[in-house]
Amino acid sequence: MDVKKRSGDKAAQEMIEHMAEKGQENIWDRLDAQSPQCGFGKSGVCCRICTMGPCRISKKAPLGVCGADVDTIVARNFLRAVAGGTSAHSDHGRTVAEAFVAAAREETKDYKMKDIAKLHALAKELGVETKGRTANEIGIDVGEIALAEFGKSRGTQLMTKRAPKPRQKIWEKQGVVPRAIDREVVEAIHRSTMGVDQDYLSLLNHASRTALADGWGGSMLATELQDILFGTPSPGVGEVNLGVISKDEVNIIVHGHDPLMSEILAEAASLPEMVEKAKQAGAKGIAVSGLCCTANELLARHGIPIAGNFLCQELAIATGAVEMMAVDVQCVMQGLAKVASHYHTKLFTTAHQAKMTDVEHVEIDEKDALNIAKRLVIAAIDNYKNRGEIKIPDDKETGVMGFTNESIKYMLGGRFRASYRPLNDNIINGKIRGIAAIVGCSNPKVPMDSTPLAMAKELIKRDVLVLTTGCATVACGKRAMLDSNEALKLAGSGLRQVCETVGIPPILACGSCIDNSRLLVATAEIVAEGGLGEDINELPLAGACLESITEKALAIGQYFVASGVKVFFSDALFPFQGSDNVMEYLLGGISNDLGGQWALESDPVKAAELMLEHIEAKRVALGLKDETERKLLGMEERREL
Amino acid sequence: MSRIIASAAIKGAYSIVDQAKKALAAAIEKNGKDCHVEFPNTAYYLPVIHSMLGLNVTTLGDLEEVIGEIDGLLPPLVSEDVWIPYLGPALDAGMATLFAEEIIEACKYLDGPNPVRGIWLGAADDVILRERGIQFVDGSAPGFAAIVGAAPDVQTAVDIALKCQQRRLYVFMSGSTNGTTFSEQLIEGGVQLGWESRLVPFGPDTSSTVYSLGFASRAALSFGGVTAGDATRNLIYNKDRVFAFVLALGEVTDEWYATAAGAISYGFPVIADSDIPEILPTGVCTYEHVVSNIPHDNIVEKAIEVRGLKIKISEVPIPVAYSPAFEGERIRKEDMYCEFGGNRTPGFEWLETLDISEVEDGKVEIIGPDIDTLEVGGRLPIGIVVQVAGRKMQLDFEPVLERQTHTFLNEAQGIWHMGQRNINWLRISKVAYEAGFRLEHIGKILHAMLHDNYSSIVDKIQVKIYTEEAKVLEMQKKALASYEFRDERLAGMTDESVDTFYSCTLCQSFAPSHVCVITPERSGLCGAYSWLDGKAAFEITPTGPNQPLAKGAPIDKKIGQWEKINEFINANSQGMVAQMSAYSMIVDPMTSCGCFECISAILPSTNGIMIVNREHPDITPCGMKFSTLAGTVGGGNQVPGFIGHSKHYISSKKFISAEGGVGRIVWMPKALKEELAKSLTESAERAGLGGAAFLDKIADESHGTSEEEIMDFLTTNEHPAMTMDPMF
Repeated sequence: MDVKKRSGDKAAQEMIEHMAEKGQENIWDRLDAQSPQCGFGKSGVCCRICTMGPCRISKKAPLGVCGADVDTIVARNFLRAVAGGTSAHSDHGRTVAEAFVAAAREETKDYKMKDIAKLHALAKELGVETKGRTANEIGIDVGEIALAEFGKSRGTQLMTKRAPKPRQKIWEKQGVVPRAIDREVVEAIHRSTMGVDQDYLSLLNHASRTALADGWGGSMLATELQDILFGTPSPGVGEVNLGVISKDEVNIIVHGHDPLMSEILAEAASLPEMVEKAKQAGAKGIAVSGLCCTANELLARHGIPIAGNFLCQELAIATGAVEMMAVDVQCVMQGLAKVASHYHTKLFTTAHQAKMTDVEHVEIDEKDALNIAKRLVIAAIDNYKNRGEIKIPDDKETGVMGFTNESIKYMLGGRFRASYRPLNDNIINGKIRGIAAIVGCSNPKVPMDSTPLAMAKELIKRDVLVLTTGCATVACGKRAMLDSNEALKLAGSGLRQVCETVGIPPILACGSCIDNSRLLVATAEIVAEGGLGEDINELPLAGACLESITEKALAIGQYFVASGVKVFFSDALFPFQGSDNVMEYLLGGISNDLGGQWALESDPVKAAELMLEHIEAKRVALGLKDETERKLLGMEERREL
Repeated sequence: MSRIIASAAIKGAYSIVDQAKKALAAAIEKNGKDCHVEFPNTAYYLPVIHSMLGLNVTTLGDLEEVIGEIDGLLPPLVSEDVWIPYLGPALDAGMATLFAEEIIEACKYLDGPNPVRGIWLGAADDVILRERGIQFVDGSAPGFAAIVGAAPDVQTAVDIALKCQQRRLYVFMSGSTNGTTFSEQLIEGGVQLGWESRLVPFGPDTSSTVYSLGFASRAALSFGGVTAGDATRNLIYNKDRVFAFVLALGEVTDEWYATAAGAISYGFPVIADSDIPEILPTGVCTYEHVVSNIPHDNIVEKAIEVRGLKIKISEVPIPVAYSPAFEGERIRKEDMYCEFGGNRTPGFEWLETLDISEVEDGKVEIIGPDIDTLEVGGRLPIGIVVQVAGRKMQLDFEPVLERQTHTFLNEAQGIWHMGQRNINWLRISKVAYEAGFRLEHIGKILHAMLHDNYSSIVDKIQVKIYTEEAKVLEMQKKALASYEFRDERLAGMTDESVDTFYSCTLCQSFAPSHVCVITPERSGLCGAYSWLDGKAAFEITPTGPNQPLAKGAPIDKKIGQWEKINEFINANSQGMVAQMSAYSMIVDPMTSCGCFECISAILPSTNGIMIVNREHPDITPCGMKFSTLAGTVGGGNQVPGFIGHSKHYISSKKFISAEGGVGRIVWMPKALKEELAKSLTESAERAGLGGAAFLDKIADESHGTSEEEIMDFLTTNEHPAMTMDPMF
């Protein structure tokens, strides 16, 4: 085993070696066992939809039993993946919306709306009367409207109105304005079942519609409602990496995606009675940390440290210092149960959608959430005495996280001048060449954290402002790339000047994967601020997710593409290359329809270069010059203003 | 390295806020919470607080609410190791600082030291705001420099001030460096301070800087139609339209940084002579935010460049400085070298059009003795004859050009001019004489400036200056004949006698939805633009703010609406104003930018109207002072029952003719009545109201300042308005 091939991160290397010494299996071992992986699956030409199959397309057998050609099969697989991703974000969103309504109806005392200003803003956007009404009254209406978005019988997604007008026109023309989220997902599954939609372009078009229902629907609603319910994040300092696991406190790790569980658990753990109980148990206190996206949310809102990203989940338990890990939905490995069985760690599943064989399930029912959470915390405290030998890596870094549209505008102008103007101006004058979004997962097929880091470093060196979400954020955080002190040393001079003016690192941590919707809103607002074209596809902007794992990544990628963005994935992790026609459309043709497109490149530095090339081409198209001429205004010109 | 600046600004904010809290606590202890507090003679309360927070502070108790807002704005200090974004918080700290500084200054007005003392002028009142504001609007002042601190020596201060003056900039001065102030340095250097010379000593403290920002905030409210409390629009208005900047001279303290952070929110960049960190990226300001270490001999030029300003400096070949900033300069008797006219000697000035072959461009002839034949304090007769020729020159333009003599001569440092035609009066200062100023320079000024401003009308200009009494009197006869000819032509010029009016959108740089319509019988509301001016201005700049307006078909002759005029107004007010009446203050009255000389307001119970001019500082019968009224009328809004207008319009036959005209006037300030006595008498005579007798029926402040108080007077005197038809 070459540990460097498994991880670029020292802490993880240490733990991987530790597990190897102990003969404990983890994700990399299972990947080895699965290799070599199926070539048909990797190229997306395998169809298991009906029992006339499974069919796999080859030169020898170019058609499935039903007659479906390779384009149809690959497009179906693509559409089903997008539908899977959309359903994940949207089911998460619906859970939040239900809790939101319960909070507004005061059916639970454990969740209360925190950001009332944002509630008012959203209410105004949704046409809900706010005058003379209490927050809860407004909240009920807002929540019900949001809930309806998932399954309403007619009409299209309300949040799509946030997109620039020309973008909305393009969607209308292309027939991809999303209707109810459930409907788009159901239709996606229907279309891709045997004997229905057998035109790859038609299938791919519906993939856009489904993905837009995610980005501008389920994900965006989830983010909005979470902000109102738990508070809109603002930049704060936090620690990242396995070193945050405490040697002498009761360690509780939350893992998954839905803040309903992690928020209440963190709250329960902070209660003085619980801390006291922990001390009685011989610990110095209680240390909550997070894994994966829910960790991004907790750090952004409360400064609670992040133990790691997706690939760290088993490693965290292997420290032997985790008394309890509570998991909810998405990206939770079943392998956890096995690792936990080697240690004293108690593992709990908490979401009604997600149970695990032989793992205790304690559902966080929103109506009695705090009491349930307290029971879990007590279970952790009681478990402290069972702790055996521990091995916690020292590594941890500090970083600033929690950038949102609201906080970015605030940091650029204060309360009275909050806007994207300074960002736009500095993109226009070329100090910042453009914006890159580095998002998504952490895939065991490449050394942990290596691609987002290499790509981010290359981009900031070339004066591109980087926005990150999800596991890529945590990767950056582990290497102090979210700390201005370190990261600015690597930034190009123009970008550095702007970052120093504002007081930000060149890489802005914008939250969890569901918060990619924040990036959509940001693009719309940057367009609205003016000077960079009329639509998102004109912006000097590119997105990347070179370590994609889940279907969610494809849904996100497709909603960015359908919103006009060029999105880079790794060619090694894009299982749809078995159809030339599908690829030709996704890598090119789609841009004629929707302005955005996919691009494939597995090397992060090369990909960064291609992103920059794209950004520069957009700058040229916008007529942006490297040094904007200083326009001195006389009275005549001032009158023209 | 702007973290240092943000860090210092936030620290400075805490320090100033602390001072404000202490000052307020002391003031409340001494005077009680209900004690009235204000800046004198303004309708804008404490203007920065009023315009940004929408709070109308009138008592010390109200200031406690402001303290609450300030505390909400003050961010934590910037951390030394890992920091969170500090630009937004530092800007908030800057705004909190300005609010705190207004509290400090307001407390000074109450308990001293009075901000108005010695050389210090304190807050600009609304009269000054309007009088000076118009110069920012029409471009005669491109912006202002807020100078904080002091120059290293007197000569540097004088040089910087002169450079600003030459660029027509106002200089607002505050703060000190090592106990020295820029204002005192200028006085030591023999420079005249005051609003007239555009060098305004607000106060010696850092907190006095807030008067500059109060001035800017009010510009947005009174000219930009921005509502109080709409902070973002106010600040953006200032960024886009008020071209101001801060010159920080001397060591920059934390408190300066804090105040500068406030100025940056307005888009006013800071240019420092000391070596402080710079903030170069753009965004909150149009270009750089903080530029430092600029040598004094280049600091004004650099500041103008950083602010994104283009300023043309008039090149006039004379031995003294030349700029509109010297227009208001006074020459007292003891500073005078010699004088002309002014009822002391015969004098006149006259501009005539000649054939192009008769004019030798640039020729200046002195006919008679020059001033070096005089002793100090001497006098000479004077006849200034300007002869012009040009293919586009029209007789109608002669008075327009001739009237500029006043402005052009006044703008030379050490030259003072008053009056016009044959009642002109000139003085030349000792300093100017010693600098080499002679009579030929009068000709040089007129030649250069007429070319500069009217090059599209006149091609050639020559000037003859007569100083021999006999010759002066002989030429004066010719001039008088010309004046008479012009007056007759003007008297015969009515709205009906022309097909074309002129628009004026000069003020759209400040009031984007306002359009003035200038007719022969209704001059521009600022008093500066007559129909002839509009016509000339169009000839000079065919694409400029004065466009000919064909009237088109009349819609209603009584109220003065025409199809084409309405179309133009609608298009040029960005759809804000659909139609406009030239002669009615009730139906679709004309909008106002904020530059008006007077406001007419309906007094319902009298069946008449009152007129107040901007120089009148006191309460009027409609219950408002001029400044408060101006807030209602200005900013491009149509407010039935209220109009802003020029003084000249009051005596026009078309003055609110739809409502019955001059006979409606029931109240006006005494001074205004006296100023307009002659023309108003004629107008009343024409209207059959009995000339001077009608003037006696108009109430003024001596009869009352409320509708009830003047009713008796009006009834007793049988004011005609009482028996006229109801106004609406």
